Parts: sequence; C-alpha cells; structure tokens
Amino acid sequence: MQTSKVKPGELTTEGEPTHNNVIRSGEIVCQEVTKHFPENSRPAVDHVSFKVAAGDLVVLLGPSGCGKTTLLKMINRLYEPDQGQIWIGKEDIQTLPVNQLRRQIGYAIQQVGLFPHMTIWRNIAIVPRLLGWDEEKINMRCNLLLELVGLSPTYLGRYPRQLSGGEQQRVGLARALAADPQILLMDEPFAAVDAINRERLQSELLIIHRKLHKTILFVTHDVEEAFRLADKIIILKDGQLIQYGTPVEIVVKPENEFVAELVGSNNLLRKLSLFDVQSLLEAKQYERHNSFSKASFTSIQPQENLRTALSMLLESGAEQLHVVDNKGKSHGVITFQDLHRLLFEQFTSPAAELE
Amino acid sequence: MSYFFSNFSYVMQLFGQHLRMTLIVLFISLLISIPLGILVVRVRWLHGPVLSILGVIYTIPSLSLFVLLLPLFGLGLKPAIIALVAYAQLLLVRNWVIGLTSVDKAVLDAARGMGMSSWQRFIQIEFPLALPMLLAGTRLATLSTIGIGTIAAFINAGGLGVLLFQGVITSNYDKIVTGSIAVSALAIATNYLLRFFERRADLVIRGDAK
Repeated sequence: MQTSKVKPGELTTEGEPTHNNVIRSGEIVCQEVTKHFPENSRPAVDHVSFKVAAGDLVVLLGPSGCGKTTLLKMINRLYEPDQGQIWIGKEDIQTLPVNQLRRQIGYAIQQVGLFPHMTIWRNIAIVPRLLGWDEEKINMRCNLLLELVGLSPTYLGRYPRQLSGGEQQRVGLARALAADPQILLMDEPFAAVDAINRERLQSELLIIHRKLHKTILFVTHDVEEAFRLADKIIILKDGQLIQYGTPVEIVVKPENEFVAELVGSNNLLRKLSLFDVQSLLEAKQYERHNSFSKASFTSIQPQENLRTALSMLLESGAEQLHVVDNKGKSHGVITFQDLHRLLFEQFTSPAAELE
Repeated sequence: MSYFFSNFSYVMQLFGQHLRMTLIVLFISLLISIPLGILVVRVRWLHGPVLSILGVIYTIPSLSLFVLLLPLFGLGLKPAIIALVAYAQLLLVRNWVIGLTSVDKAVLDAARGMGMSSWQRFIQIEFPLALPMLLAGTRLATLSTIGIGTIAAFINAGGLGVLLFQGVITSNYDKIVTGSIAVSALAIATNYLLRFFERRADLVIRGDAK
C-alpha cells in the first residue's frame, strides 16, 4: 500500500487484505509500447514511451484515430501490446493475473456501460464483491462514493434508466472508484454529456483528484477539457507520442506545427488562462514601493489566472489591478502593459517560474 | 360438445400425453440450443452454416420428417420427440443468438475492464440481458411444438392429434372439434403463461422490475 500521500482516511480503504493486491503503486511506465491491428497498415500505437508519476492526472490528447484509446486499453490489458512493456510500480503488468489487475484499476468509459438490470448499489458493488468485501463495508463505501460524486444515497435503490446522462456518468465514476484503486483509466468519460454538466463533472473530477490523489489517465480529443484537467498532457498523432509536458510547456513551447495548431499556441486568451497573477508578479519582479493610484481600486487574488485579470481590466476600465490575497494583504499591481509584455516580450521565462 | 363430456377422462389422458410430449421436447431443445447458441456467438464463422442447417430442417414438412424417421426409430414417442426437437432448434437458437449479440458492447467492455471473468460476465450480465429473447424463442418454439405435435399422432406418439386423426377417419365431427379446442386451449394457456415470464424478464433488464 502506498501511504506517503495525504488522504482523508474515510475515502480510502487502508488495511485491505494485501495478499490479493497486485498493484501497490500508482506509477505507470510505458516502454516502447507498440500495438498493431491486422486491419490497418500502420500501428495504432507506435513505440510509445512515457512515465506517469503516482498521483498525476495525465491527459492523452489527440485527434480521433491517434491511438489514445488503444494506449489506454493496454494499461488494463483489454488490449495486449505487440511489443514493449508496461510497468505499474515495479510490476510488469504482463506478469500479473489479468482479472486481478483490472479489479485494481478503475475504468470509466464514454458510454458509461452501467448494467441496466442492476440497481445503482449493485453496479457500484461489482468490483468490491468480486474482491470479497462484506456487505456492511460495501454499503458504507457506496454511501461515501455517492456523496463524493454529488448524488443522494437514495439513488442506491434506483436503476440506471431512471437517471439522467450526467447522473449516470457520476455513477460510472463512483463505480470506477469503488474498490479504491490507485489508478483510474477514463476514456472520454464526459464526451456524451451536455456542456453544462460536462463542466460541472470536470470541476468535480478535479476536486476528487485533489482529495484522493489517484493516478488518472484521461483520454480526450477536447483540447479545452485537456487544459482544464491535466497536470500533464501527452499529445499523440498517428500512434506516436509527439509531446509530453505540462499545459504551460505545451502551449509555450509546442514541439511542432501540429501541436501548436492543436492546442492553439497562437490563442492569446488560452495562453493567459494558463498563468496566474502570482506568476506574473514574480516575473516582473515587482517593486514593493511602486506607487499606484488609489482612486481606481479593482482588486484581484494572486491565484486567479491572467485571462480573468484581462477581463477584469477590460470590464472595470481601470488602468491596473490591485493584487490582494484573501487575508487582505497587498501584493502589488498588474497592468495591461504587463500582460502585453508577458505575451510578446516575455519576462524571464514565465513557464520556468510557474513550474 | 357431447363427445367431450362423455369421454372426459380419455380427452384428459390425451391432453396429458400432449403436455408431457411438449415438456420433454422443450427440455431437450433448451439443453441443446443454449450451448449451441453460445457456441455460435463465440465462434463467429459458425453462425451462417448452423442457422442455415436449422432453417433447412425447419422447412421439411412435418409429416414427411416423421415418416423419414420411421425406419431409424420405429413408431411411437421417440421419433416424434426427435423431430420436434429438431424443429424447435431454429426458433430457439435464432432468438438466443439475437439476444446474446444485442447486449450493449459498452456494458460488456465495462464488465471486462472491471475484471469480471468470462463466466462471471456470462452469468451476471449476458444471460440476464439476453433472457427476454431466449424466452420469446421458447414461447414460439413451444407453440410450434404443440401444433406440430398433433401430427405426431400419425406415428403413434399419442396426444391430442389422436382425436383429430380418428375424427377425420370416422367422420366424427364432434371429435375433431373437441380435439381442436383442446389443442387451442393448451396453446393459448401456454402462450399466456410464457408471455408473463417474458414480460417479467423484460422489465428486469430495463430496470423497471419491482
């Protein structure tokens, strides 16, 4: 069991019988992984290598047919690679019993795939029951999980058909988390949900990720979604890994024209949204005794992003924003000129400052 | 209807024979068609050949099939049951295969991804979700068995067909009516009963059962 992370005790299941735990780490390493489907001439996944640190939320991003789903499905061995190896922690997954492995990796998919003839309780309880948990523990777990995904416990007795699309996807997420896996694989889970619910689900996933520190591999073709969620992004094209980095790195230093176009490196607003006010202050090495006009007093918090800062500047018509944290402490000011300089002149590499 | 009342116990005896024959046929048919259907779904290339063969069998006129089996199995219940089981296969296997293949792929993908073994997937997911189609096939096959079963009286297999054949030979109109009504009653009652189970199973897979 991995214990170094800070986890709210109630949401984890420490003290599980470890004899049938085949996964003890959330770290995933892919080494020269290749998968070739007989019906296609070029490989679906072509010599892909990367390492995902335990607890990271990594998004696999790329156009359809780039191999992202194939890659994901090799992690829980729904597909077997033709070449290369995949490691979880110190274990080569090929050496692990396949159903044991899958029971310890959460799996959520776009179509949710809830079992229509089972109640929500039975749906969530599938993996815990496969693992032989007792009824009482499963009940506690189900209640906790529903609360975590924002559904009332009265849902436990209902059937999937009685739930809306968004609610079903929440149950799908709860089901994936049921046995407290270290790793969560999510294959475009929010793609079929309407825009309002999608945004809500994204925020909730981020909150859950912050709470539980699961390693999450998240497949999407939606660039906005990728940038909202990712600690790091893996960009795939034609089965090959094009770039692997933080959202800021990818926007500021796209590997090639394809990446630049995909993520909209020329999109100024996207760029601004990736930096927070604090990083700009650091970048311009604000002098504390700088005078600012007290007449126009629009304030912004340091953790807000610069896209918000820009819109506040435009809205208020003020020349500058006063940076004040939630304790009321002043950190300085930022101006329209600063934003312009960040985008076009670049202070001292802002990406470096951020990371 | 005077025949019915004056020969009540004889009619009931034939009714019992017919019911028994139908149940035996149903039991053996399911025993064959359930594994056969699973095999056809798992081994894709078998689908065409197996269903074609069953289709060809189904088109053989019943009287000639009974007669064809005579040299092999003689007279009586045995050849009748063999022929009726052969007829029932098409309806059963076809429906069962449709049921199994129409289980939502996403549901099966999720089940596999969560680490259910193929046996657990079959018992907990595929079987219950395909059950309404299997029951629909069973209902059709049972009705068809009850109907074709009357002709089995021709080869001494007993059942309500006896009344019909005797009635035709002796021009006993009352006997024919009695036999027809008895067969219809059996078929209608069976249909009603199996329909009930089918609806139940359908409600279960739609998540509406209470």
